[in-house]
Parts: sequence; structure tokens; C-alpha cells
Amino acid sequence: MSTDALPSVDRTHGLLKGHPRPRPASALSSVATLAWRAMLKIKHVPFQLFDVTVMPIMFTLLFTYIFGGALAGTPREYIQYLLPGVLVQTIIFITVYTGMGLNTDINKGLYDRFRSLPMWQGSPVFGALAGDVFRYSVASTLIIVMGLILGFRPEGGVLGVLLAVALVLTFGFALSWLWIIVGMLVKTPESVMTTSFVLLMPLTFASNIFVDLSTMPDWLRAIVGHNPVTYLANASRGLMHGRAQASDVVWVLIASAAIVLVSAPIALRLYRKER
Amino acid sequence: MTHAIETHALVKSFGATRALDGVDLRIRRGSVYGLLGPNGAGKTTTVRILSTLRKPDAGTATVLGHDVVREAKLVRQKVSLTGQYASVDEDLTGQENLVLVARLLGFSWTQARARATELLEAFDLTDAARRQVSTYSGGMRRRIDIAASLVAIPEVLFLDEPTTGLDPRARNEVWDLVRRIAAEGTTVLLTTQYLDEADRLAERMAVIDHGRVIAEGTSRDLKASVGSNALHLRLARADQRALAQELITRVLGDGLLPSTDPTEVAARLGDTGQAVEVLGALAAGRIDVAEFSVGTPSLDEVFLALTGKPAEPVASTNGTEKATR
Repeated sequence: MSTDALPSVDRTHGLLKGHPRPRPASALSSVATLAWRAMLKIKHVPFQLFDVTVMPIMFTLLFTYIFGGALAGTPREYIQYLLPGVLVQTIIFITVYTGMGLNTDINKGLYDRFRSLPMWQGSPVFGALAGDVFRYSVASTLIIVMGLILGFRPEGGVLGVLLAVALVLTFGFALSWLWIIVGMLVKTPESVMTTSFVLLMPLTFASNIFVDLSTMPDWLRAIVGHNPVTYLANASRGLMHGRAQASDVVWVLIASAAIVLVSAPIALRLYRKER
Repeated sequence: MTHAIETHALVKSFGATRALDGVDLRIRRGSVYGLLGPNGAGKTTTVRILSTLRKPDAGTATVLGHDVVREAKLVRQKVSLTGQYASVDEDLTGQENLVLVARLLGFSWTQARARATELLEAFDLTDAARRQVSTYSGGMRRRIDIAASLVAIPEVLFLDEPTTGLDPRARNEVWDLVRRIAAEGTTVLLTTQYLDEADRLAERMAVIDHGRVIAEGTSRDLKASVGSNALHLRLARADQRALAQELITRVLGDGLLPSTDPTEVAARLGDTGQAVEVLGALAAGRIDVAEFSVGTPSLDEVFLALTGKPAEPVASTNGTEKATR
């Protein structure tokens, strides 16, 4: 064996000897480290942010200018109604990437490494979520900025907008748990996408994100009126324009809590379970 | 405690398939041990149970005296696993991957970076340290993967098919690494489909097939179990093989060893003198012999004799073991 790429014996001397292992990392520290990993991934694969940025820009432009005149008289009037809803829709759509990323890690064998390390076994899930919440924030900022450029004037001021974003992120965080479960149950990242879109399409379009409830026939109004996304869109709109109804906000918080309480334990159990 | 790994009657089923059907192993501390078998034999399942990724259905397994089910966390503190696929994040650079693992093991940021630098240098990856792993060659990926398993030197290292898919040069590099890791006192359990690999690295090995250990011992033991002497012939023409086998049977009575190579014929000899008779018979039968040798049987022949099938079925990467992950 004589290849120059071989590490020389000198260089590895002692390196491979048992160092005393440090005390295992705390749960907080391992979650932080895995969140750092999520940030690095964004840095190295900025394309990940592409769909987070392009989709909302596209939706806002298309809907504002194509439907704006017909739905609200002028595009400028429509965007006051639409933009808080586009924020909701975008964040809901990109929560799917949480499940896809997790599924990719499982398929690539990376989770085998994580699971064989002496750390808190929930860390990879929480670390990934932390990274995702960051991406949701980037997307939210972009949408708001673009809205402002197009003539969106939130009457609720900065505080109203921030509260709306915080509420939408809370719901997005909760929803991510569902896709984590899906991500652990299906075989490929593509199936995570297909499975979740079957749910997401009706959830977002059968809501009042784009049009007001009053324009719908009675039977549809009954369905759409009970969609949690409708509550979220109402709350987001209300907070941004300074006329939020407490009931909308409370219902969104209850829905988020319910989703987390049910799906997080299932997700963590599935994660710890052997595959 | 003399054994690093001990398993007793390990059983694991996936649906109707019995992946492990009562596996007993005893692996001495500080040794390199080979788990040898074709795809789907149960090698990966064994390693996954020992590294706490799976629970056995029945039987017990201890690693360094700790039960892999009840004391999984203690086991994880002392072992490292390098799976069949590079278990590193391909989007991250080599350096970032090592820092990541070091941090997760409890190193401080400063210690983590220092350890990463050391390992990158030792594995000759310094130049590639700041490149994403997705740009690495197969050999470099394997090296960064093994390096990640050595961030904290484990007392037991599991290597699941460490050289599958590597070119001969990269394979040599991995072999050299395994020897060096073992020389520093780490117990290594490696699985392989390559008999050659087990022969070169492992002190002792278990041949596993259909979830059972069908033979165990040193490579010398295994070879001896098939008979001490064997005659190996390479024919110039593959179409003469049947005739050659017939002539050999006529001289030796019995003792043909199975072989997968269509130009090769091998036979067990009672004593080396019989080789002369066989060669004479072949010459009289106008069989064109390109090469011949007398020696101990190869591990390939051992495997064929033990299992009745070739040791390296199409070295597919889609074996049943993967399907049952």
C-alpha cells in the first residue's frame, strides 16, 4: 500500500487514542447546535430560500393585479385585504419543508448518526424547527416589504404587523409538527410534498384568504367559516389593520396548541422508535 | 470483562422475514472482528441492534457490559457507528460536519473546531475542509464519515460495509485506517461482503447467512474446516471446464469445490501428491491449464461450501437489508 493520500503514521499518532469524552451536551446545547446546522444549510444552499421568496412575490403580484380590480375595485384596495392572507398562505405552504427535510435526513442515513449519539433524542426535530422558524421569518419580512412597495398600508402600524407575523409563525410552528409525522411515515421527500398538499390546497383555498366569506354560497360559507385558516387570516388582517377580534386570535392560539399537543408527542415517539 | 460485545440468541423479524434467527457472538476487546455474509444475511441488522438503533425481538446483547436496550444511553456514549451510506450532511462542508458532531458530543465550540482541524489533517482532508461534502469523491466521503465517528474515540467502532463502492486505492486507505484505529485499542466490528477484506483485517470472523452464524473462528479455522489442501486450476478455455471437472472427479473420487469463476476449477486434496495425478489426467485429456496452485482453500470456497451459494451475489446496493431498514 503506497498512496500519497494516506495519512502518515506521524500525523495520526495519538489522534486515534481514546481521549476522555466530554460530558454529553445538554438538550439546549444540542438543539442550538442543530439550529446552527439548519442556518448553515441555508447559507450553503440558498436555493432553499427560493420558494420561500419567489412564491409569495408571485402570488401577491398575480392576485393583486389580476383579481384586484374585479374583487375590490382597484388593486390598491385589494392588497389591503389580500396581503395579510398571502402571508398566511405562504407560511402554511412552506411548513411542508420541515417534513421534507426530516425525511431527507432519514433517507441519507444522517439520522442514524444522530440517533447513535448520546444526546437528547428530540434535539434534531427541535433544531430543524428552529431553522424553519427562521425561514418563515425571512418569508414574512419579504412579503411585508413587498406589500409596502405595492401600496399596502397597515392601519395597525408596526406593532400590529409584528403581532400578526408572530401569530402566523405560531400557527406555522404548530403545523410543522404534522409534517414531521408525515415525514417519518412516508418513504420519500416527494411523498411528503404530495401527501401534505392534498391537505393544504383545500385548507388554504377554502378559506377567506383571497375573497370575503360574504361572496360565497351558504353551504360553502359554513365550511369555510369553520376552517382554522379563515380564523388565522381574519386575525392576521385584523391585527395588521388595528381592528382584530379577540375571538379570532384566541381560536388560532387554541388551534395551534391543540395541534402541538396532539402531534408533538406522536412525532417524538415515532422519531425515537426504530426504523 | 474480557468481551467488548456479547450477544445471546438475538432474534429480529421484519414482518414475515426473520432477519436474525438466534445470533450468538463474542468479540474480544481490542480486536477487529468481521461479520461476513451476502446481502440480506443479517449483518446490518446486527450492527443496528448493537449500536442501539434497533431493539431485538428476543435475546440479549451487551456492549462493554451494558445492555443495548436497557442501557442504550451508556452504550451510545462509548460507541460510534459508520453506516452503509455516508452519514454526514452533504450540504455542509467537511469541517462543519466534524464541528457539528463534536458539539453534539459535548465539546465546546473551541474544542470542537480544534478537534475538527486535527482530524481533517489526519485524514488528509485539509484542502477539502471548506468544500461541501456533496463535492467529495467516494473515498473522501468515506474518510469524512469515519472521521466523524472518531471525533471522540469510541471504545467500540461499528463499520457497516466500510469499503462497498470504493475503488481499490480508496479501499486500501480505509483498510489502513481500520488497522490504525484498532492498534490504538478500539474494538472494531466490521461487516463486509468481501471475504478478502475480512481475511486482511479481522482476527476472527463470523460467517452469517439467513440470520444465523454458520461458522465462526479465525480465517485459518474457517479455511481448515473445508479441508486443509486445495488445488486451484485456471483453465485457458471456459468451455473445457465441465470436462476438466469430470476428469478430476475420476481421479479424486469426490472433493470438487464450488467456484463462481467459469474458468476456475478447485478441488480438495487428500494429500498434495494427488495434484500430480490430477495434472497428468488433465494433460492426457488435452485440457489447457493456464495456471495451477496448491494451498489452503480461499474464503470464497469456504463460503460456497458453507452456504451453497456464491459469497458475492450481484453486489447490488439494493439488497434486502436495505429494504428492511
